[in-house]
Amino acid sequence: MQYMLLLNETAEEYGRSNDLEQAPLYWGAWNAYIGALREAGVIINGDGLLGPHTATTVRIRDGQRLVQDGPFADTKEQLGGYFVIEVADLDAALEWAARAPCAANGSVEVRPVMPPPPGMAG
Amino acid sequence: MSEAGAGRRAAEIAARTSYGRLVALLAARTRDIAAAEDALAEAFAAALRHWPQRGVPANPDAWLMTAAKRTLLNAARHDSMRAAASGEVERRAIERLTDTEQAMIPDERLKLLFVCAHPAIDAAARTPLMLQTVLGLDAARIGAAFLIAPATMGQRLVRAKAKIRDAGLRFTVPEPEAMPERLGPVLDAVYAAYGAGWDGLGGDDAAVRGLGEEAIFLGRLLTELLPDTPEAKGLLALMLYCEARRDARRDVTGRFVPLADQDARLWSPPMIAEAERLLTAASRAGQFGRYQCEAAIQSVHVQRPIDGSVNHRALLTLYDLLAAHAPTAGVLVARAATLLQAGDPGAALAALEALAAQERVASYQPYWATRAHALRATGATAAARDAFHKAAGLATDPAIRVWLLAEAAGTA
Repeated sequence: MQYMLLLNETAEEYGRSNDLEQAPLYWGAWNAYIGALREAGVIINGDGLLGPHTATTVRIRDGQRLVQDGPFADTKEQLGGYFVIEVADLDAALEWAARAPCAANGSVEVRPVMPPPPGMAG
Repeated sequence: MSEAGAGRRAAEIAARTSYGRLVALLAARTRDIAAAEDALAEAFAAALRHWPQRGVPANPDAWLMTAAKRTLLNAARHDSMRAAASGEVERRAIERLTDTEQAMIPDERLKLLFVCAHPAIDAAARTPLMLQTVLGLDAARIGAAFLIAPATMGQRLVRAKAKIRDAGLRFTVPEPEAMPERLGPVLDAVYAAYGAGWDGLGGDDAAVRGLGEEAIFLGRLLTELLPDTPEAKGLLALMLYCEARRDARRDVTGRFVPLADQDARLWSPPMIAEAERLLTAASRAGQFGRYQCEAAIQSVHVQRPIDGSVNHRALLTLYDLLAAHAPTAGVLVARAATLLQAGDPGAALAALEALAAQERVASYQPYWATRAHALRATGATAAARDAFHKAAGLATDPAIRVWLLAEAAGTA
């Protein structure tokens, strides 16, 4: 099954990625994690995202286009990136989620990827 | 129990064993518990139609399995909502149920128990899920035991089963290194079923009272499927010690009788003997466990008719051990009650005072009842009466409420 790991980071943690002193440690941890995912051959795809200060949210209400500065909800943790992985079951996906550096201070949401709708398979 | 009653009970247990095994086998292959239950319900209905005329087949389980498999295959073929690819996977999984498997019916119930108490499943849904999938209880009966409306309980169960199917939970017995973390929730879910039956004792609802037996069935199943796990034995022992005293907890008029005043002749010797055997076997592993420790506490209590008194020193040692591992309000209040029964109301009051700062005891009935007894023992009658009234106001069991009010009235 395919699962998306939604990587949620705290603002402090995100700050470390740009901090001269702390950046090597921050990126070292992520690179090691990505290396392990690659080694296991489970990555389908994945990306990191620029910080929440770059986010813009769009809604259409009553035919009006509403464009707002900032992420869709102002929460303590923000989406910082994602991976889609292919593993046997949720238990295996949870093991990979637990290894993500942001699991220790932020969180990782694990969601199965929706299978293709009928008639679109193959 | 009459002979006919015993026969019916035996048939019920046989059907229950079959049901759980068949649901577990089908669900372990497809991860779709709801579909497995539906298919089996149809198979059981077909059996009721055919067996009275054609006779019970030589291998009833294999017959039920074949019928259920056919239903599942048809459902998988007609399920246009599901992706063609996943439908194919499911068909293959069902077809892989070989004839040998159908004749033997491997026991996959342990896998099902671990899925029901999986950390990815809402903790409030774990016990109900076990009761439904392994024992076949309906949502109305489970809801009644947990004081939840049947429709709400039904939704909770549907959600949990959808999560297991769609999120792809693993049907497996955890590896030894993951076992300590995964076993706890399974044991806790079984004990919660027992607790629901126990708290319901005050009511007249036979269905609710029955949950104690269901929990013991699950506890027994766990000791059979995990023969080398001391805590599984500890849990079953604990439930059996409590169950052995069930008839002694009420007098002939239905009034509550506290443990110290119970007529030990009303305790069930076979249940106590079984509990003692289990606890002895569990203790050979030399591993501390919460359930073994609680069972050991019960074991001390049932020595009363043999020794003529309760060994309070042994009880205190066990409560200290338990409190060191899990200092819950229940354990700490029970420890204070033991100090009181050992004849030291001053120490009991001091222990309760230390708890008073914690908000969690403010609405905890046993805290106020124990405090009331300790206050009365020190001669603080007015304060004791107040505490008895507070405890009565927090009681959910009518028999216990009546008893607490009588104690208050008798405190002068």
